[in-house]
Amino acid sequence: MTTRSERLNGYVSRLTLGGGLVLLWMLLWGSFDWRGLVTGVLVAALVSVVFYLPAVQLSGRLNPWRTVLFFLRLLVDIVSASVQVAAAAVSPRYRASNAILAVPLHTRSDLILTWTAVATSIVPGSLVVDIDRVTSTLYLHVLSMRTPEQIERFRASVFETERRIVLAFGSREDLERLRVCAAATEKSPQKSPEESPESSTETSTEKTGDE
Amino acid sequence: MNQVANDVVTAVLVLAGAVMCFAAGVGLIRFPDVLTRLHAATKPQIFGLIAVTTDVAVNNFSLGTVTLVVAIVVFQALTAPMAAHLVARAGHDSEHLRTDLLIVDELGKRTG
Repeated sequence: MTTRSERLNGYVSRLTLGGGLVLLWMLLWGSFDWRGLVTGVLVAALVSVVFYLPAVQLSGRLNPWRTVLFFLRLLVDIVSASVQVAAAAVSPRYRASNAILAVPLHTRSDLILTWTAVATSIVPGSLVVDIDRVTSTLYLHVLSMRTPEQIERFRASVFETERRIVLAFGSREDLERLRVCAAATEKSPQKSPEESPESSTETSTEKTGDE
Repeated sequence: MNQVANDVVTAVLVLAGAVMCFAAGVGLIRFPDVLTRLHAATKPQIFGLIAVTTDVAVNNFSLGTVTLVVAIVVFQALTAPMAAHLVARAGHDSEHLRTDLLIVDELGKRTG
């Protein structure tokens, strides 16, 4: 039974990705007519036969509002970070101080890992040096890191990006994992120093009672 | 009025794009090592490209232009990080980097 639903999921993933290829083809030609559709389908079929890759497992979930939020936030990040990198490039008092950081993501899905890698990489100031797929760890080279606080803030921002992506189109397991991790960080004291101890224990017992 | 608004948008977007590409060029020369230069080489001009292509789409507003602009930005956004990643990884593996510029190297810790 599970194999059947898995196979169905595989077909749906493949069809969605093929549809994406056709859409890309039509975007390239800028013509949305029957000729574009037919040649697009032909080219998509040819490409997926000649350059065969194992189909990515789509999550089967999409939250349109969260997706729009994610892309808007990405655009804002790109703009602000571009200005910062450009300022660093032309500033006469610039001194390099960088860091290579390991960021162990919560997800175990290739799709979310890839999206997070591309999203953090496209924002200026951070680029992916290596990825450990088994542990979902991104190794990022980050520009202008001077203090441990800055490093932790950057790490938190990557987790935040991952969270936005999972909320937008992550699978249900990823959502669940995110919720568990959020509950875990809430429990740990150094993440919420401004909270009084009794209120934080209250919320943590609430969370454990939930599960 | 509409023409003036168009001109203002063009001036702002094209100038922003040009400034970003200029800064990328300066960074390419001024930054000290491979990994740092990659930041300058691949990132700010994505914003520059977005700005310039958005201006093209605003001034020649038609379905064909908008879709082509979307395709350009998507391809650039997908391929630039990949190129950066490949060069960064090759640079790191062949130790073409200045470790004195790093305050933390958690990848080096793992491999050696």
